[in-house]
Amino acid sequence: MGSMPFVFPFAELEVGQHLYWQFGNLRIHGQVFMTSWLLIGALLSLVVIGTKKMDRDPKGVQNLLEFLWDYIRDLARTQIGEKVYRDWMPFIGTLFLFIFVSNWGGALVPWKLIKLPSGELGAPTADINTTVALALLVSLSYFYAGLSNKGLRYFEYYVHPTPIMLPFKIVEDFTKPLSLSFRLFGNILADELVVAVLVFLVPLVLPVPVMFLGLFTSAIQALIFATLAAYYIGEAVEEHH
Amino acid sequence: MTSLLLFGAGGLFDFDATLPLMAVQVVILTFILNALFFKPVGRVVEEREDYVNTSRAEAKKKIAEVEKLESDLKNQLKEARIAAQKVILDAEEDSDNLYKEALALATSEANSSREDARREIDSQRDKALNQLKSEADNLGDLIVERLLAQK
Repeated sequence: MGSMPFVFPFAELEVGQHLYWQFGNLRIHGQVFMTSWLLIGALLSLVVIGTKKMDRDPKGVQNLLEFLWDYIRDLARTQIGEKVYRDWMPFIGTLFLFIFVSNWGGALVPWKLIKLPSGELGAPTADINTTVALALLVSLSYFYAGLSNKGLRYFEYYVHPTPIMLPFKIVEDFTKPLSLSFRLFGNILADELVVAVLVFLVPLVLPVPVMFLGLFTSAIQALIFATLAAYYIGEAVEEHH
Repeated sequence: MTSLLLFGAGGLFDFDATLPLMAVQVVILTFILNALFFKPVGRVVEEREDYVNTSRAEAKKKIAEVEKLESDLKNQLKEARIAAQKVILDAEEDSDNLYKEALALATSEANSSREDARREIDSQRDKALNQLKSEADNLGDLIVERLLAQK
């Protein structure tokens, strides 16, 4: 097709190529689900192995899981606040873990070895559908958090501290998911593109530091997404006086 | 028409049923992770935190007890030391008194026996003097008699 401006002819890099699965008149991106299922499976097996035999003196994988749990709890507690962070910790933690394993899995697993009829396997977060889905979940969550905690008084937030803020706050409700999804999508896709282009141009040595930078970016993006999600929820449940 | 197919099939922003399905998948993952990860690990971590906190509180209580016992012991030791000091002082004083008493007794005894001796000596001397005097008197008388008798 001549109508694919983002299909680069080099380095077997195929942006915008998808492996379509058709269900009735619904189409989904098969490669996104294949990688996400594999990575979720890896994450879940790690969790199952780590929680199989838990002790007061942690051993092996339990240490890692407890470290992660503690990290997520601190993140949720500082952003959401002492009162309701417990309700939202699983959601924030799932966002963090899912984005993290997606980003790192996309970068570390040699997906290229698996040939698909169309498109290629990669980080699920490099697909705009995934990041928009996550961002919309965050939007729904902070609305739900605000409404369930404060009822209709949640809308006081829009005129706080002055009613002048009203249009800005309404615009924020749209920019929040937009910036969340595009930040993640752009970073991960750009990372994959940069590595692929560098591998194409200079196949040896040079891409390695960029790959490490990519891993760093991936981890930071997962943290940023989870932190912002927690911050938005915290903002919604915060009591104004 | 071939320029910007960003949003259609094959575009960069190709939205389709992947989006809602992925959202559902993440929600399901949240529930699974809550059941398999957040709840059990949270329980273990919080149990341990409780255990550490109670142990620490107990240890603090024990330390306070030990410190109290230590200060008690120190006080007792101090009291005992003072008592011992007092006993020593008393004993020294007692022995001093005893010594003084004994000395006084001995001195007075010595004085009295010396006095006795002197008195004895005096009386003996007096007796002897008297005897001598009476004897001298007798002798004188005798001499006088004899002289008178010769005549």
